[in-house]
Amino acid sequence: MKYGMELAVAVLIIIFAGIFLYQNGVIQAGLGEGEEAWGGADDGAADLIEASGYEPWIEPFWEPPSGEIESLLFALQAAIGALIIGYVFGSWQAGRKTA
Amino acid sequence: MHIMEGFLPDPWWQIWFLVSLPFIIVGLYRINKLVQEKREVLPLLAVAGAFVFVLSSLKLPSFNGSCSHPTGTGLGAVLFGPCITAVLGLIVLIFQAIFLAHGGITTLGANVFSMGIAGPAVAYLIYKAGTRAGANTYATVFVAAALADLATYVVTSIQLALAFPGATGFVGAFTAFAAIFAVTQIPLAIIEGAVIALVFKYIVQLKPEILTRLNLLSESTIQKLREAAA
Repeated sequence: MKYGMELAVAVLIIIFAGIFLYQNGVIQAGLGEGEEAWGGADDGAADLIEASGYEPWIEPFWEPPSGEIESLLFALQAAIGALIIGYVFGSWQAGRKTA
Repeated sequence: MHIMEGFLPDPWWQIWFLVSLPFIIVGLYRINKLVQEKREVLPLLAVAGAFVFVLSSLKLPSFNGSCSHPTGTGLGAVLFGPCITAVLGLIVLIFQAIFLAHGGITTLGANVFSMGIAGPAVAYLIYKAGTRAGANTYATVFVAAALADLATYVVTSIQLALAFPGATGFVGAFTAFAAIFAVTQIPLAIIEGAVIALVFKYIVQLKPEILTRLNLLSESTIQKLREAAA
């Protein structure tokens, strides 16, 4: 099958999204006032360490001042990567056509 | 897998810098050699690096109510080996440490080791073993990339447990950290493996000569894969 692999990946992502939606429903229902789910696992580990009384001995010298700015920078990171991938695959494709 | 700034005490952050350093040096040497001897593979190197950029910026919700991100290092590891991938990982981790306060400068050594070296080493070994055993190429890439992702988080748990054994000792601490990281990561690792296998297919279709140039696949295997897709 020509697009068998594309299909398999698409199905996998749909299953993933479906489970997330179901799970989210369960979690949101059980959430108290002011609680937030879906935090980062990295922060989860940091919380666990801080709970033991450890204080980080150095702070980041710069932090994105808000969630919006943080997501801007993450989007920028993804955009840089996507540009490069698109450019290279595009030029390969064009090279095959003219060859 | 990012260990946050300041979250590794003496002497651990120095130790991980020392452990990672030789891989980075060998990686830089190998990239230099690629630039001199196989210039035509450089676009592929750029793609491998770009993949780490894209995938490690996507924080995905997993099944247990927390979010984590794939690493995207599996592609570079399969194509170029763990040392070169360590350099790619280093670039991304510096970007995230400086601009996003995600990870940190002092924890860079430890983060490079888990994401850039340990994970890719696992992927590389699986890919080599798989091709030697004659397994399906895409299935091998899938398993290699998925386990690279997972191995990265297992190593992060080990690093944190070594630094913070707490009252429960190393094993107890490892279990606690692994419960946060590894469980979140399993579904994401599967997605990552599938996406990277798909990209590998496109490379086989569009630029198979690069893969033979890197001695990754023989002409006959590529012929077979391309016929199967036609």
